[in-house]
Amino acid sequence: MEPVGIWIAAFLTLCIYSFLYKDNPFYRFAEYLFVGMSVGYGIVLSYHQGFIPFAWEPFVAVFTGESLFGLIKLIPIGIGLLFFSGLSSRHTWLIRFPSAILIGVGCGLAIPNVLRANIFEQTRGTVEPFAAINAGTLSGWEIFGAVLMVIGVICTLTYFFFSVEHRGPVKWMSKVGIAFLMIGFGSAFGNTVMGRVALLIQRVDFLINDWLGSIVTFFG
Amino acid sequence: MLTKLVNMDRRIVFILVALAVIIPMLFPISLPVSISEPTRNLYDFIDELPAGSAIMLVFDYGPSSLAELNPMAKAILKQCFDKDVKVIGLTLYAVGTTMGSDLMKEVAEEKGAVNGEDYVFLGFRPGNELVILGMGTDIASIYETDFYGTPTTELPMMENIKNYDQIDLVVDLSSGNLTEVWITFANVQFNQQIAAGVTGVIISQMYPYLQTGQLIGLISGIAGAAEYERLINSPSKGILWINIESFVHLLIVILVIIGNIAFFVQQEKEE
Repeated sequence: MEPVGIWIAAFLTLCIYSFLYKDNPFYRFAEYLFVGMSVGYGIVLSYHQGFIPFAWEPFVAVFTGESLFGLIKLIPIGIGLLFFSGLSSRHTWLIRFPSAILIGVGCGLAIPNVLRANIFEQTRGTVEPFAAINAGTLSGWEIFGAVLMVIGVICTLTYFFFSVEHRGPVKWMSKVGIAFLMIGFGSAFGNTVMGRVALLIQRVDFLINDWLGSIVTFFG
Repeated sequence: MLTKLVNMDRRIVFILVALAVIIPMLFPISLPVSISEPTRNLYDFIDELPAGSAIMLVFDYGPSSLAELNPMAKAILKQCFDKDVKVIGLTLYAVGTTMGSDLMKEVAEEKGAVNGEDYVFLGFRPGNELVILGMGTDIASIYETDFYGTPTTELPMMENIKNYDQIDLVVDLSSGNLTEVWITFANVQFNQQIAAGVTGVIISQMYPYLQTGQLIGLISGIAGAAEYERLINSPSKGILWINIESFVHLLIVILVIIGNIAFFVQQEKEE
């Protein structure tokens, strides 16, 4: 990184960490700058990597006589432009067309694949070890794991089953389900702590080795 | 004393955490790194690929997750370039574009890999699942040029690569839910082998996919990055940072225990 870039990054890092003492204008400046830069960068990139190659260039090619293929792009461009009809109260009903197409295409693409990836495959994964148990290919520890997993799945689903009152055995099953959920949340929280600490370490590494290192090198 | 502990200013905790990071960084200590099975599975899969094979490395993360995912991206790239495995880099996350490009260039320079021959960086295209589905038919129809403007069909490396049929593995490095999108569309629709490297926040979400084989391997946060660096025998930031992380975790555990003891003792006294 260029020396100027290192100094700007170090200044902004310290601005963000100044929040640990208390809220202050330096923190807010860095926060707003980050949000603004992220949005601006995303828009510019989407424009150059999405709009220009997929909409503008094929469209221009029609007028320059290079290709008539761009004409077909007028259909999605026209439908997309209907989103702006929301700006006029008289024409706002037109927004239903692009919305309907987006929702329809989205559902059509997602439903069969999501069902297969998250329901059918996960169900298979839950019961498949029992075929291996039957074949005698699992160790004692693996059998314990397979049985525990089925108990966890059934009890956790029972916790979310609200069509019967949670009394008697159902109550106990849902309580076991809560225990499994808590273990899951605990694991997620522990991993999150690991991730957040890693971010801190990376920034401190930058401040010590890159920023302070560049100062030491300069005065050398 | 106990009242003081329970009501301790949170800024003292911040200072202790800062010291737990700074001291081991200035005086590094090497702790052992044990290799987990999901990380080893990914390493073995790439290691067993014949020279000339191709993998897709997807940079689905931004600067806020760089600390965890950049070390694993570097480790995978080093392994691929050493093994002469071709790498197609891309991203479905706009902010990841420049990071992916810079990182591939950096490792390629270190390993002497050539852009267009040993690796390509295709850049960003909006539309997540549509991009994944489109590449299943023809990559060049989605990425007509690479990130630097060279037509994809003119890249020597892409001569024999049309779609997922010629790609042995997709490795998604992700800080969000995009790994699930890759599984849902590339794995289910095209039977494409998928592996993932993810941030700590979403590790737990990925384990069900490992168990079913929808993911062939998983690198879990900075700990996974350190494991991978150990596997390729190239210690770098991952191993350095996980050693420091261990000290911070130790401090957090001690603070949790002290906090709980102080809380319960004080509660008992009040009763």
